Parts: sequence; structure tokens; C-alpha cells
Amino acid sequence: MTATATPPTGTRNMTMVAAINDALDIALAADDTVHIFGEDVGVMGGVFRATDGLQAKHGEGRVFDTPLAEAAIVGMGIGMGLAGLKPVAEIQFAGFLYPALDQILSHLGRYRHRTRSRYHLPMVIRAPYGGGVHTPEQHADSPEAILAHTPGVKVVIPSTPADAKGLLLSAINDPDPVFFFEAIKLYRSVKEDVPVGDYRVPIGKARLVTQGDDVTVICYGGMVEVAQKAAAAAAQAGIGVEVIDLRTLVPMDTDTVITSVAKTGRAVIVTEAPRTAGFHSEIAAVIAEEAIEHLRAPIVRVTGFDAPYPPFTAVEDVYRPNPLRVAKAIRQVMDY
Amino acid sequence: MTPDTRPAAPQPHAPATESQDTAPGYAAAQAAYDAAQDSGDMVQCLAPDGTVVREDLLPEPATRLELYRQMRRARHFDERGWVLYRQGRLGVFPPFGGMEASQVGTAAALTKDDWLFPTYRDTGAALTLGLPIARTLAYWRTSPHGWHMPADLKVLPFYIPIATQYPQAVGAALAERRQGTRNVAMAFIGDGGSSEGDFHEALNFAGALNAPCVFILQNNGWAISVPTRAQTRATDLSRRADGYGIPGVRVDGNDALATYHVTREAVERARSGGGPTLIETVTYRVKPHTVADDPSRYRSEADTAGWDAKDPVTRLRTHLLNAGLMTEASEADLLAEIATEFEAALAEADSYPEPTPAEILDHVFAEPTPQLQKQRAEILAEHTAQDSAQNSKEQA
Repeated sequence: MTATATPPTGTRNMTMVAAINDALDIALAADDTVHIFGEDVGVMGGVFRATDGLQAKHGEGRVFDTPLAEAAIVGMGIGMGLAGLKPVAEIQFAGFLYPALDQILSHLGRYRHRTRSRYHLPMVIRAPYGGGVHTPEQHADSPEAILAHTPGVKVVIPSTPADAKGLLLSAINDPDPVFFFEAIKLYRSVKEDVPVGDYRVPIGKARLVTQGDDVTVICYGGMVEVAQKAAAAAAQAGIGVEVIDLRTLVPMDTDTVITSVAKTGRAVIVTEAPRTAGFHSEIAAVIAEEAIEHLRAPIVRVTGFDAPYPPFTAVEDVYRPNPLRVAKAIRQVMDY
Repeated sequence: MTPDTRPAAPQPHAPATESQDTAPGYAAAQAAYDAAQDSGDMVQCLAPDGTVVREDLLPEPATRLELYRQMRRARHFDERGWVLYRQGRLGVFPPFGGMEASQVGTAAALTKDDWLFPTYRDTGAALTLGLPIARTLAYWRTSPHGWHMPADLKVLPFYIPIATQYPQAVGAALAERRQGTRNVAMAFIGDGGSSEGDFHEALNFAGALNAPCVFILQNNGWAISVPTRAQTRATDLSRRADGYGIPGVRVDGNDALATYHVTREAVERARSGGGPTLIETVTYRVKPHTVADDPSRYRSEADTAGWDAKDPVTRLRTHLLNAGLMTEASEADLLAEIATEFEAALAEADSYPEPTPAEILDHVFAEPTPQLQKQRAEILAEHTAQDSAQNSKEQA
């Protein structure tokens, strides 16, 4: 997928993982300072093949395997960023990110601040996240709220191949650290036409997925297709649902959310993360602060539960929100 | 060293040595550790009394004098820092007096194109490479003016979390190599920090990726209240390098000529593509952990007594006087110069204005997010310009 030269205009039909690979390829070709590293990203091309072929094309110096230690992967990336490179690290699964939290919380988000911008860290950390594909335990976590709660780092979660490419290129070219969570469920399940070349989607702008006058459903990443299905079902019943794909948690596009809720008066928030203190709660708080006078029903959160993500295939769907649960929430705010 | 002579300390600050002292094998481990600290297996150029034991390691006279000048600058900072702290003119800071050879001799082997990753106790190393005294004072005054890192230096801000600087030094070193320079990265850590995972991961990464790094492990005998011998069964921390296939060197950390010599070798090796080195500088934290710490709760006078005779500044001073490289008169001139430099820096630090309330939101991102803009407006509404001026006056 990276062997042929990309034409300057037009689109190509591709999966999300192919779009991510395309973005990385373009970034490597455009800027010598971009370096990709992590576990198995080199020869093997990553466990999901997101970096497939990139080492062969751009060399072992630019795309390389590291020893298996997440704290050092992120810490080393910080040092590379200090010294003028643009590090793009892959953490094999978001659930394996935790050893690196000291580096992230103590340094990644603070470097610009505690050097008064003498140093800044244009680092991207990519990690597959979320469930829905029956992974073994600890492979389906959604830790985005931990990062969103960390000052100085941005958090981006795409839901389509085109957005994945456009947002990733924006993230790599952002002067500050960006976490880029990729829904495992979406890697290969959807194909769409993706603009060729250096296509960018701005960080911090939500996407209106469907328009409707009755209920606003706010979601991101792997939950967008779930919300879309629920919205389609609601439309059959005559309920107009406005699905907002947040795309970026930090910075959050508050205006788009508030404008929609002011119109519909009803808000359902969908994530697959545990309920308590998830990013859905931040969205709910913002709506309560800025649009409570427009609400006609209490805000409803459709989320995972306050238990570890279950690796039990038979009942995984009980935990991870599905279209039925979202549809029930839509009905609930309509019937209030 | 004698076996544990520490007085029984009141709870809850007492070290948990009761069970350790009686555990099978502990006494042997302690004896082995104590023996290793006094053994001759570390590189030494000057004996504690200042006599030359390794002529072949002596640097040029000008270098020896410069090392002495930098050690004196460091010690002056440390001594004046105590006074300023007691006068309420400096915040809590970690003193390093007695560790000057470990910090200055190592950092002096770098140039301004190299990276320095210091911990909070490594003011001496940072000053040696050119970190301005005024900025350093501002840092320990908790002023954001201490966060302005000079553009012509690659000295990073003091690392407060333990060991996190080690993997970062690997990254900076790799980046230099990728960009085709011969620059290296030096990172400091203590004996306590060498228990952290980041320390071990970094040594492994640096070896595997052949990063031009020099890792300085300052073994000063204490992780706040816990002695090295209670932190690990290892008696020779330089041997930790063996586990990662990189060279490990043990050096008398109170001998500036020795620390300079071994560090220069390691720096040269790194510059020429030979990869990383771990250097254990065997020194001692004569001072408390911070100026707010009370070491009598966990160690006795007897613990530290032997180390005064090994003082690094006195050692090099004796050598320079004996070698005729310095006279008492020329030393007096030097000390006067250092005092003048410090007082000028103090005056500069005094002139830094207090931060305004909204400054706490500066430099989070290149462009403030809408959320930060909103929060800035909140702060500005809360703290009028008048409040801010009043605040500055009170704090000044």
C-alpha cells in the first residue's frame, strides 16, 4: 500500500489501518525528523500492521523496534523530542500504556510549561484501544480519560479512515504531545474513500455525523458506528438524532456540542469506558454548565461499567454499549 | 564503617531495620557493603589527604584549577543557600555539599553542545555546565523565572520524579546520533534512584540501541533515610552495568580528578560510537536530604564523621597547594571572585518580579485551547490587576 507514488489529488478506498499507514508514510517522507518506534513496529509492521512496510521503505533508523518497556519507549520519545525530532511511538495496546504513566504525567505534559516553552514535545503516542473484537483480557481498555485529565497533552480518537489519516497527520505536525487512540474494532471493519496526499483534519473540531432536531448523541471512536445504528433505528420511529463525533477530547469542541444540545434539548453520551469519572462525565458537566436551561430531560450516559473490561466473549456485549442500549437511552430522554 | 550505630529513632520515622538487622544474611550483606565502600577497587587519582596516587590520571594544570573553581562555586552556592533558607530568602532545597567532585568532575567532561539531565540534587553539575546562578536561585524560590532555561545550553530542568530522566537521556542521545552529531547525553541518578524501573530500562535501551549516553550514578549512601545497604544486596552498583552488556566504572566520588578522568573516557567512547557507560561515583550525603530534613531521626554523627576527612574540596585544594598550582593568596582572590559573582546573581534573582495569577496557565500548549482561554478569563476576573500588585508586594 505504500509502494506506489500517491497522485496529488483524488481519493483511495481504504480501511482505517491502511489510512493510518498512509499517514505515517507521508509524514516520514515529508519530514526527516519524524521517527517511528515501539514494539514490533519494524520488520513485522506492528501487531495490527499499522506500520507495515515503513521500515523497508524509510530505513531502520527512521522506523525501529525497541526493547519491551513502555516507560522507556515514552521516556526515550520525550528525549528525542527535546533534541529536535518528531517521535511517533506505538504502544501495542492502550491497556499496556500504564508503565509509562510516570513519564506521561510527570513530563510529557509538563515540559513546555516547566521550561517556559524553551522545550516543547511534538510527540505522538499511538495506541489501539477499545473492545468489540473478543481480544484476550487487558487488550480492550479505554483509558482516554486518564490522558484527558493530564494537563499539556491532547487526545484524539478518530472514527473513520479519512479522519484517522487527517487527524494523524495533524497530530504529527502539532507542536505539542498528542495521544492518538485507534479503535481496534474499526481497523478493518470499514472502508471509505480517503483523500490522497498530505490530508489534514484540524484537531479540536467535532464532526456532525447525522443531523436531527430531537436528541443529541455525543460519542467518539468505536462508539460512533454504534450511535449511528441507534440513530438510524430512531429515525424509523420518527425521532431525529444528531450524532456528534467528538474526534478530539482535548481540546474538546464545546461549541458544537452546546449548539446541538441547545437545539435538541436532550443529550445522550456514549463511550465504552468505565462509568465513574469517564470523559462522558466531563461532557455531561459541560452540558450542565452551559446548556442546562435548554435541557428537557436529564442527561444520560451509556457507557461501560465500573468493572474491568470483560474478556468473556459470550457477554462482552453486555459491557460494551451496543445500538440497542443507545436506542433505549434515546427513547428514555424522549419519554421523560 | 562500623555496624549500625544509629540511635533508636522515634516512630513513625524509624527505618525498618529492626527485622532487617536480625534477618539471616543481613549482617553479612551489610559487612560486604561496608567493605566494598572502603576497598581499593575504585578509580582514584588523589588520596583523601591530597597526595597523588595515580600520576597518569592527572589532568592538565589548567583543568585542575578549573575543576577547583567550579567546585568552589558549587560549595559557595550550597553554603549561601543554607543561610538564605534560614533567612527565608530561599525555599526548601536539597543540599549537595560534600558531593562536589561527583557533580563537577563529571559535568566538566561535557561541552555546551552536550545534554545534561540533572536530578534535584545536582545543582553543582548544572552550574558547571553554565546554568546561571540567578536562575537556579529563582528555581529554588519557586519562581517561574527559574524555569527559563537558557537557549545556548542543553541543561534540562532539575528532575523531581526519580529516574525518569534516564530513558529521556537515551532519547536525546539517540536523536543526536540520528542527526549526525558527536554530542552525548549525561544523566544523573542516586543510589536510591537505581532501584527504579526507569533506571534499568534506560540502561538496557541505551545498550540495545547503542545510544551515546553517560550515566552517572551518585552513590551517596542514602535514599532520604534508608541506607544503601538496606536498599539492595548489591555492594558494587557499577556492576549493574553488567546486566545490560555495557561498561560499568566505579570511581572515588570525592576525587574530582578521578571523576573527571573516568567521565572523559566514557564521553569519548560515546562520541566515537562506542555506546553508553555507567559510572558509579562513591560519595556521601554529608548533608540532610533537604534543608528541611532532620537526619538525626535516622542516622548518627558517627555515620558521617569519617567523611569529613574525605572532603572533595579540601582534597583538591591540598593537591593544588602542594603542587604549587595555587597559593593561599590566589585562592583568596578566587573565593572573592566567586562571592562577588554569587551576590550579583542574588541581586538579579531579587529583581525578578513575582508571577501574575494568569501566568499559571502560560506555556501549556503552543496555542491555548478554548478551555484554557476560558479559565484564563476566570482567573483574570477573580484577580484584578490591583490584587496582583498587592500580592507581589506582600511576597516581595
